[in-house]
Amino acid sequence: MTSPKSPETLLIRGGRLIDPENRRDGEFDLLVAEGKVARVGKSLAAPAGAQVIDAKGLIVAPGLVDIHVHLREPGNEGAETIESGTRAAAAGGVTSVVAMPNTQPPIDNVSGVRFLLRRAAETATVRVWPTGAITVGRSGERLAEIGAMAEAGAVAVTDDGNAVPETQLLRRALDYAKMFDLTVIEHAEDKSLMADGVMNEGPLATRLGHKGIPRQAESIAVARDIALAELTGAHLHVTHISTRESVDLIRAAKRRGVRVTSDATPHHFTLTEDAILRYGPNAKMNPPLRTEADRKAIIEGLVDGTIDAIASDHAPHTRASKEQEFSAAPFGIIGLETLLPLTVTQLIEPGHLSWPDAIRRLCSGPAKVLSLPVGDLGEGQPADLVVIDPTEERTVSGFSSKSQNSPFLGWTLRGFPQLVLVEGRVVLRREALRAAPAR
Amino acid sequence: MKDLLGLEALTPAQIEHILDVARPMKSLFTRSIKKVPALRGKTVALLFFEASTRTRSSFELAAKRLSADTLSFAASTSSVTKGESLLDTAKTYEAMKVDFMVIRHAASGAPELVAQAVKARVINAGDGSHEHPTQGLLDIYTILEKKKRLDGLKVVIVGDILHSRVARSNLWGLTKLGAHVTVCGPATLIPAGLPEVFGPKVTVATRLDEALEGADVINVLRLQRERQQGDYFPTVREYTELFGLNTDRLRKAKPDCLVLHPGPMNRGVEISSEVADGPRSMILEQVTNGIAVRMAVLYVFANPEGLPATPPDGKQAAKAVTALKALE
Repeated sequence: MTSPKSPETLLIRGGRLIDPENRRDGEFDLLVAEGKVARVGKSLAAPAGAQVIDAKGLIVAPGLVDIHVHLREPGNEGAETIESGTRAAAAGGVTSVVAMPNTQPPIDNVSGVRFLLRRAAETATVRVWPTGAITVGRSGERLAEIGAMAEAGAVAVTDDGNAVPETQLLRRALDYAKMFDLTVIEHAEDKSLMADGVMNEGPLATRLGHKGIPRQAESIAVARDIALAELTGAHLHVTHISTRESVDLIRAAKRRGVRVTSDATPHHFTLTEDAILRYGPNAKMNPPLRTEADRKAIIEGLVDGTIDAIASDHAPHTRASKEQEFSAAPFGIIGLETLLPLTVTQLIEPGHLSWPDAIRRLCSGPAKVLSLPVGDLGEGQPADLVVIDPTEERTVSGFSSKSQNSPFLGWTLRGFPQLVLVEGRVVLRREALRAAPAR
Repeated sequence: MKDLLGLEALTPAQIEHILDVARPMKSLFTRSIKKVPALRGKTVALLFFEASTRTRSSFELAAKRLSADTLSFAASTSSVTKGESLLDTAKTYEAMKVDFMVIRHAASGAPELVAQAVKARVINAGDGSHEHPTQGLLDIYTILEKKKRLDGLKVVIVGDILHSRVARSNLWGLTKLGAHVTVCGPATLIPAGLPEVFGPKVTVATRLDEALEGADVINVLRLQRERQQGDYFPTVREYTELFGLNTDRLRKAKPDCLVLHPGPMNRGVEISSEVADGPRSMILEQVTNGIAVRMAVLYVFANPEGLPATPPDGKQAAKAVTALKALE
């Protein structure tokens, strides 16, 4: 990470500290020193030279951990770079991003992982955790050097964008990754059933004349993958689930004790396929937006813990590539900067999730999925944190990301970050939150 | 309404208005007067991103009969092969100040994308599996010419419904005007949720013999042989066996049943020669009517406000067209 500002001594005073891992939800002061959470307590005195931030009426929480992000570097720097993508993360209160390996070339070997870490050290604003491909070239044919990538710093393996089509190969990948305590992240999709579909199969696709992707393209793969997790005892993480059936399958598997976790995106708990009528290619993603029943099931999964994490599936695409015929436009939308406000506006405000439960799904939940040593604000932990104004309303008018492919442009949302720290360094500070003089 | 993107967006009165204008148009160009000055000075760009002979010729002729200038474009010989985007192509023609863009495109929704970006009127000449509104209109025109009404008629559409824009435009238009439509084809070629989309007037069938009982109209869709590669059906022979329209099968329908086909035909595949060339066949009549309908579409949409939300009554509309003749 770059160090625009060296770690400061900061006292964040009077905010509502929400740190579910340390069972805290209440008014606490939090002292940041030398990049770490130095102390958490009531009425802490400010050390000499400390900046004091008055967080009264604000929420202080661990920085968000987004375990599904496409940074597009190397290969598609026109859409995003590690520099711009992590700036977008900071703007969204995300202090850790897990980078998907479907770059060009894909990150399927040690030098790819090292490249990412080096570029992150040179240019990133927030923490970047690399992942490696499961198979060489993400082609689903033979195993990549998973052990060596784990050694080099990959925190998981995934062929994201593709499922591993061969059941035998996925079984081997799970067995193999287990040796390194590495999670296998599956983009669960039966490719032959998906075929050249571009949106959810059903009446709307029929009406628009678009090729459909049946929901079973996902649930068949989820069922298969769970069966293999059961067979191998390895940790399977199913990413961006979109259907009621997937939620049901994972819920049942968890009850049986299978080592399976999952995440879902804000767009799948906010939108349905009808969004296509309004947003066109900015509502085209894979998995596709589904129906209202699915949207509700995703929310239920987040409420009961079937879904461990909210992840953005931040997928930048240039304007030119999205301003095409619907069938020709690529899948995906950006999401780092709307992850938090959509969670606030769509899940917390309507009463689906309490603040602590939402913070759990955004911070410690995803961190635990991949055993990342972040996501909580215990004393001695790195000072990765976000201060949120739960009431400030903003109309989304643009993004720090290099790409602007979002259906949420023009939406009025609440719960934007005011201050973001990564290892004690200020990476975002909004005007409203100026330091008060130290007492 | 600025653009004709599909029949879904049209009210029954708007559909009837276009047909009311098409009738005198047909008598104009099928008699001695081949050309009227209605669109003199207007330019119609025919932007065919996907190969088509008949629709393009039909639009071209329709435009010329109305004295418009036409501009042709074929994707295979244009800058599209050099990687130009659809919107850039459309904006280029916009800069040439064309009045109409008639668009044929393989991608569903492509004309709508253009329509949102240009001031010119966009007429959808077939987009992917979405709609082919002028084909729907000319099919309805043809049926009405013979049957005088649609209300209560039973129309059977046979073939590849899944990929068919002709089927979708027919479904919208026919159901809006009160017909009952049975779609029939291999289950693999019937899209999901048809009754949800088109309502209770639509029935889905997979046995053609049963579907044809009591039919007033049969619209036979072209079978694209490449669908066999997609395993939608095992062989063309089996398709013909199950879904081909022949003289025997035609007997199940009403004695005065009309047979339509949007063309081009695969004789002996989806339709036998006896039926295609038989007395019930409207196939060549459809081609003639296509020009009348496309003339009507261009004429109506050339109005400053495009297609009126509440169109004038039929007699008035027809009178205006008949008056054109006097000018020539």
